[in-house]
Amino acid sequence: MNVLEVADLHVSIGRTDIVRGVSFALEREQTLGIVGESGSGKSMTVLAATGLLDAPGARVGGSAILRDDRLGLARLIGASPKALRRVHGDAIGFVFQDPSTSLNPLLTLERQITESLEAHRNLTRRAARTRALDLLSAVGIPTPENRLDAYPHQLSGGQRQRVMIAIALACDPGLLIADEPTTALDVTTQAQIIDLVRDLQEQRGTAVVWISHDLGVIGQVADDVIVLQQGQVVEHRPIVELVDAPAHPYTQVLLAARPRLGGSPPPPVDDSGAVLLDVANLDVRFPVSTPTGRAQIHAVRDVSFQVRRGTTLGLVGESGSGKSTIANALTGLVRANGSATLEGQPLLGKVPRDRRRRLAMVFQDPFSSLDPRIRAGDAVAEPLRVHRLRPGRHRERVAALFDLVRLPTAFASRFPHELSGGQRQRVSIARALALEPDLLILDEATASLDASIQAQVLGLLRDLQQELALTYLFIAHDLAIVQDMSHDVLVMQEGVAVEYRPAGELFADPREEYTQRLLAAVPPERPRAARSGR
Amino acid sequence: MSNAQRPTAQVGPGGSASVGGVDPLGGPAFGPPSAGGAGPVDDAAPERRVAAWRLLVANPVTVAAAATLAVVVFVALTAQWIAPYGVNEVDVAGALQPPSWAHPFGTDDLGRDILSRVMLAASTSLQVAVVSVTFAFCVGVPIGIISGYVGGWLDTVSMRVVDVMFAFPVLLLALAIVAILQPGMATTMLAIGIVYTPIFARVARASTLSVRTEPYVQVAQTMGTPWWRILRRHVLPNITGPLIVQTSLSLAFAILSEAALSFLGLGIQPPQPSWGGMLFAAQGFVTQAWWMSVFPGLAIFVTVLAFNLLGDGLRDVLDPKQRTRMEARHR
Repeated sequence: MNVLEVADLHVSIGRTDIVRGVSFALEREQTLGIVGESGSGKSMTVLAATGLLDAPGARVGGSAILRDDRLGLARLIGASPKALRRVHGDAIGFVFQDPSTSLNPLLTLERQITESLEAHRNLTRRAARTRALDLLSAVGIPTPENRLDAYPHQLSGGQRQRVMIAIALACDPGLLIADEPTTALDVTTQAQIIDLVRDLQEQRGTAVVWISHDLGVIGQVADDVIVLQQGQVVEHRPIVELVDAPAHPYTQVLLAARPRLGGSPPPPVDDSGAVLLDVANLDVRFPVSTPTGRAQIHAVRDVSFQVRRGTTLGLVGESGSGKSTIANALTGLVRANGSATLEGQPLLGKVPRDRRRRLAMVFQDPFSSLDPRIRAGDAVAEPLRVHRLRPGRHRERVAALFDLVRLPTAFASRFPHELSGGQRQRVSIARALALEPDLLILDEATASLDASIQAQVLGLLRDLQQELALTYLFIAHDLAIVQDMSHDVLVMQEGVAVEYRPAGELFADPREEYTQRLLAAVPPERPRAARSGR
Repeated sequence: MSNAQRPTAQVGPGGSASVGGVDPLGGPAFGPPSAGGAGPVDDAAPERRVAAWRLLVANPVTVAAAATLAVVVFVALTAQWIAPYGVNEVDVAGALQPPSWAHPFGTDDLGRDILSRVMLAASTSLQVAVVSVTFAFCVGVPIGIISGYVGGWLDTVSMRVVDVMFAFPVLLLALAIVAILQPGMATTMLAIGIVYTPIFARVARASTLSVRTEPYVQVAQTMGTPWWRILRRHVLPNITGPLIVQTSLSLAFAILSEAALSFLGLGIQPPQPSWGGMLFAAQGFVTQAWWMSVFPGLAIFVTVLAFNLLGDGLRDVLDPKQRTRMEARHR
């Protein structure tokens, strides 16, 4: 029996078609994965199909029919707001990407969970509270009776997402919509949430629509997959078939671009083993003001490492492990204790400006790391102006740098918002290379790019390392891309360096329990369905 | 996203094909559509930029506002020669005449020609508004930007001073300044300028605080950019939006503040005319002689509106996102 049937769904805003003729059906206990890169219309498809789309000027065509045990048949497209309200939260539950913003910070967990129970089931406060308690323990929140009166800020990101799932499941919906539910979470937390949803689905027979840009995650959860490209379904097949024999070229690109464990970095450019960056006993504390007075966060605790010339050191860890703080300490953005030297010259404290030149940093977010009012060419020329280098010859240098990062020179006159994410990140890399630094710090430089773009930018970085004999400090949370890039790896956990070894050894035989956990949490190459024989 | 193919076709050969060994199907994975939100940009190939003044001229509202201001300035400069009557030509017999061919804006309670006075007052009112707001801008904005960017005790001290200045009623503060110095035009400008300084400091500081934490400012810091250069190149351009709005609002209020001061006898000294002074003088005659208040009021209204519209036009051209859209329309 189909829970949801969507036929020939169209969405357009103005003259732009965003979703073009998507159809699918979903049975009980089945999971449909929807993959595609940003802008492919994944979220739009599902929001429109469930009657939640609230974009000004959007026109929705086609049909979506929900079959629910209690409510019977319900038309979701073109239904009245009142009819939709009866369905939302009762027959369809929703989990969205960012658990830190989708919970109301002013309400206790109990109030948030019982909201839909009171609206749809007319439960008394007491009955609803009992039900909320059951739900919290079902989603694996420890000591749920103490947590009912807690506020969202008292929970970690993973726990918040568990609460979101509890809210979505409060009325035992037949259909759960999960829109990138693990994208904002760390890998180990992501693995837990995936297991949780699968368990709950088996117990309750819920049908799930799981939207993600990450084929690795989809492989873990989905039975059938829809691949969306520019609002069109290019492939709709069982996950195992799709992974084993992708038919459409776009699917093949997506599969090839997916970061996978088992790669290896290019050979080091310089075999001499000379140490370029030497960091010893680095220690960073931040003062923070709390309601009870001043406190300190010990972000980096006594970390030491060395980066050899022409090699890449991968710095891995989950959010809050202190990896970005190390980068900020080296570039002088935060104050630190200990010592850090670049070829014997100290980097911490007051540093002459031309020593700053020797290391450059590329930040994570390609949208905000370029000044919106400065054209790409001027942004790349900026470091030259700051350091008064090659006066009068900036234009040639900028052209050469654009060439180096494989961007057309004509893009120099574009403003950042006129470039795509991958192009912007190339501009950031060109800017970092303008001063011919010895060391390039890449702080999650590809984390917010789509998989295929990420693969291209990583390829560019590998090529540049060979061409220019660069040394990288490569900060990332994704172990697969770290393995592709790094010669040595430093694993961080809560400010402490837990494991620091050559990459080959570390990936072959992780010694520390934390490293093993990180590795185990990386979605495997083969879909789960292939292993369990479903 | 329907027209996404066109720009990517241009991008492809230069960027994607040679890199990383991944063939992105001739472009779609690489080009603007995947940026998510780069939307309207894709229609325009912004390789050739359109000069800022062309975009300003292309907007009829901005042109109208600029033309109006030009007329006002022209009148202000030449009023002495082109005004039909002398500014203080008293004709008690012809007092409180409604508009006529001889006196298009009517006459006031002393029989002076209102058209001539409005024309001559333009010079006074414009000077007061422009000079005092320029003063407030030039003092307030640096204070705000520096204390917002540097933070620490400097920020605390300067913002407490600003708070104290805010705590005084505007008129009281201006009164105190005028009382210390001699009443007159220069004092009026200074008083209004000082009163408006904290407003600019506040606006500049609040905007700086949000820009300061942007990654592009951090990037500038990591490459060793001196602080004053970061302020000039990255912070100031990115807070122009709120500053322009604040400036055009302040110009309007400065004209009115001058009127209030003049009314209390502490601003522009009679018989020198100013729009605000004329408005206040007309108060007692609202029921008998509407023209006494309507025409100076209209002059203030038109000038202030022109300032605001010109400010809006400038802000749009200075905002790169708006600019892309305008350039696309321009082509």
